[in-house]
Amino acid sequence: MSFEPKILGIACNWCTYTGADLAGTTRLQYPQNIRVVRVMCSSRINPSFIFRAFQLGADGVLVGGCHPGDCHYNTGNLYARRRLAVAKKILEFVGMEPGRFRVEWISASEGNKFAEVVTEFTAQIQSLGPQTKFKIQP
Amino acid sequence: MSRIGVFVCHCGLNIAKTVQVSELAQFAATLPDVVIAKDYKFMCSTPGQEMIAHDIKEHRLDRVIVAACSPLMHEQTFRKVIENAGLNKYMLTIVNIREQVSWVTHDIEEGTSKAKAVLNGAVYRARLLAPLTSRIIDVCSDVMVIGGGIAGIQAALELANNGKKVYLVEKNSTIGGHMAQFDKTFPTLDCSACILTPKMDAVLQHKNINLMTYCEVTEVKGYVGNFEITVKQKARYVDHSKCNACLACTEKCPGKGVSEWDEGLTKRKAIYIPFPQAVPQKPVIDRDACTYFQKGKCKLCQKVCEQKAIDYEQQDTFVTVQVGAVIVATGYDLMNVQPLVQYGYGRYPGVYHALEVERLFNAAGPTGGKVTLRDGKEPQAIAILHCIGSRDKNHYEHCSRVCCMYSLKFAHLFKEKTSADVYNFYIDIRAAGKGYEEFYNRIIEENVKFIRGKAARVTESDEEAGRLMVEAEDTITGKFVRVAVDMVVLSPAITPRADAKEIARLFNLSMDKQGFFMERHPKLAPVSTMSEGIFIAGVCQSPKDIPDTVAQANGAAAEALTIVVKDKLELEATTAMVNPASCCACQNCVRVCPYGAPFFNEQKGVSEINEALCKGCGLCASVCPASAIIARHFTNDQVLSEIEGVMEY
Repeated sequence: MSFEPKILGIACNWCTYTGADLAGTTRLQYPQNIRVVRVMCSSRINPSFIFRAFQLGADGVLVGGCHPGDCHYNTGNLYARRRLAVAKKILEFVGMEPGRFRVEWISASEGNKFAEVVTEFTAQIQSLGPQTKFKIQP
Repeated sequence: MSRIGVFVCHCGLNIAKTVQVSELAQFAATLPDVVIAKDYKFMCSTPGQEMIAHDIKEHRLDRVIVAACSPLMHEQTFRKVIENAGLNKYMLTIVNIREQVSWVTHDIEEGTSKAKAVLNGAVYRARLLAPLTSRIIDVCSDVMVIGGGIAGIQAALELANNGKKVYLVEKNSTIGGHMAQFDKTFPTLDCSACILTPKMDAVLQHKNINLMTYCEVTEVKGYVGNFEITVKQKARYVDHSKCNACLACTEKCPGKGVSEWDEGLTKRKAIYIPFPQAVPQKPVIDRDACTYFQKGKCKLCQKVCEQKAIDYEQQDTFVTVQVGAVIVATGYDLMNVQPLVQYGYGRYPGVYHALEVERLFNAAGPTGGKVTLRDGKEPQAIAILHCIGSRDKNHYEHCSRVCCMYSLKFAHLFKEKTSADVYNFYIDIRAAGKGYEEFYNRIIEENVKFIRGKAARVTESDEEAGRLMVEAEDTITGKFVRVAVDMVVLSPAITPRADAKEIARLFNLSMDKQGFFMERHPKLAPVSTMSEGIFIAGVCQSPKDIPDTVAQANGAAAEALTIVVKDKLELEATTAMVNPASCCACQNCVRVCPYGAPFFNEQKGVSEINEALCKGCGLCASVCPASAIIARHFTNDQVLSEIEGVMEY
């Protein structure tokens, strides 16, 4: 049996979450490994959310927000962009494969982009195999 | 210990087809603090809602989880249900097992296991929810309408007739928009000006409408019920409070500018009104065309103005107004067809675009309503090319919706005004609308020729000098056709305004792939947007004809009214708050907030948050190094426990 990774998605309410809804409304198919948690804005995402997910056994984490410049809260995603870039560096620094964490800007009209990104990211995590570096073994 | 009730919806087969709903409910019953779990065919139906209300009382539930469609669909519905049953409405959690589970897989096992994971996350999160109190705010009863085309005019009149004060902001010096440029309207062939100008005049006369022409919005602050909008009044160089609209200045002016109203086919003066029925009837000076502004001398307009209204020193001014709701009706542009070199626009004088042709038909247009070419001759044969740039993956994928019908209208008017042969090169004829198919049939009978095939190119005719050759594949006969004509009319794609992005940024609107503003829901909230209190109407939302635009404008006005008829409005309670005991006074929150909600209380030595300004994004909570800021409803603990829950399965 092929490896079925666990992927955490954190999506902002206004763009990526709505885009994910649109992917559903238009019945696009994508792998079911992702579990999406909704926050109001990508700027709400504290890097600790991502680190905790890896500790809990996530094989990959995908963050989605509005395109820079189109944030529902004007500038929120610009802060998110910088903070998440630092989070990615920290993950790399402690030895995590960089491909396990990704930030994507997906607007409310980009249902197909959501499906494409999830499909592609899932395949990437599958090829990376299970994440063991951070996972706290029970 | 909390007492959670879980309600799993089948949504007919929408969910039940790819999620084992009864298994999901059984699974839910095993989760911590869940005292009851049920599944039901349609949870949003009255029996479904009654079941939830009944179970809240019967099982003394203090939290409710509904596993159904997206929270963007029914969160408000179920919040009402639990509120009516005596719970705080923020004790509801929606689990999206339709849009993000059942609809995106065909595999029932995959669907069920994903549904279990997200439901588990919701249970974890629900256990940590806290009751919240909604904020009640005062509502400003005035409304702003952006754009003075037919959509904006209609919306403004509707609101004003309902007794609301309206600020109608138009960037040009007159209202009227594109409709003022049209000669006739399909399918009734009503004279466009005859039906539009009474409405333009009604706007001017209406005591409830504050008409702000030659104005642009530069800043938007605030929130639903209390927007604070700054509008720039561009310098007109004419004091409209003194001007008596005698227009002596426009007669004497030696300056020459390009007439936007005539699509560049004629010249206008440097001091001008765009067209004879312009509203208001008072001129502005185009600096670029004005002899005085360019060369430093002239001032003829000032000399002839008895009212002393000309003021060359006038500057842009800014005014800030308070409104409770906003309607954006900024309209459209036509695609620039010049880069499509195969059609020869700009290279061959015989090639026109649709709006130019509208002007040729118009009695007030460059030719006085006669259909003549740029050299003054009447065309003997005319080709109308549909779908230029639209329904085209290389440019705009969308159908511009009105081109078929106006092309048929053009064909009729060409037949009426000339003896020319008229050819339509089309992909499909789309005549969906009241009286449209009948109009199409009428045009067929008028001996207009229809060639089913998109024109491939327009070249100069080798055989007859000065004529144009249109080439296409006729997809009915399968043959290649070449038609020699004197005039080619392009029906270009309807596109968003060049500055639509700027408008979207100001009002926080989302745009679709083509750049049109996005509605909150494509079917059920077609004039609302993701920004509370901001509505859209007309072609800025997507291409549509005049009847649909007018209907949508009325709809937007009605939606705006539902906000501004109330004195008070309830706002989401999901704001941020500071725990003063943990605040380290770094003031990061004060620096990052886009709305200026956090402020530093010097006396207490801690940050505080002005709840009226907070929109609940949670940015401050993430930048707080002391974790002193609590983003209500999305606290660190709530989000982290949801993550823990979804990662367990």
